[in-house]
Amino acid sequence: METVKLVGAIITLIGSVFIFLGGLGLVRMPDLFNRIQTGTKASTLGTMLSLIGLAIINEGWFWKLLVIIVFVVITNPVSSNVIARAAHHRGIKLSQKTITDMLEEEIESKFKEEEDTL
Amino acid sequence: MVNTILIVAGVLMMFGISFSVYRFIKGPDITDRVISFDIMTIISVSIIGLIAHFAGRVIYLDVALVYALLSFLSVVVIARYIERGL
Repeated sequence: METVKLVGAIITLIGSVFIFLGGLGLVRMPDLFNRIQTGTKASTLGTMLSLIGLAIINEGWFWKLLVIIVFVVITNPVSSNVIARAAHHRGIKLSQKTITDMLEEEIESKFKEEEDTL
Repeated sequence: MVNTILIVAGVLMMFGISFSVYRFIKGPDITDRVISFDIMTIISVSIIGLIAHFAGRVIYLDVALVYALLSFLSVVVIARYIERGL
């Protein structure tokens, strides 16, 4: 019994380490898109792991925590994608080390198709 | 032992919150502030889960669920506003 609770607490600790690293990436990364990348992914995994650990510690809470986990896993990538699109539309500059920008290529190719049809 | 590990986890999560507050204050553009706000609320969901464990009340998990829902809606609305205006 106590061992199972200890396993749950360690899983929660691993999740909080991921959350900490996500916050650290938010401070240290060079441009906005890298910040979105590190922050959102790491904090999604960290929230998932820490809530799973809590579900192991308190057995009766499993279904309610599962609802929260599913909701976070569905909505968090959607919101980061929406923000990244909005920032690209706004014209935020990429970092110097970025080598490809596929959204820009897609917009250009769509623009060229429209010109051809006219 | 279990509670000690959970307190350490809570302290690490508070460090994550303070990093995102730093980015929220310093961030050069509005999108930086939106993304740091998003991450703050996601971390807050885990912290509310820890508080529910320490208080021993299941009802706090409903608070976490509603908080996650409201943060998602507000982030989508703000991103739409940035992209093409209301």
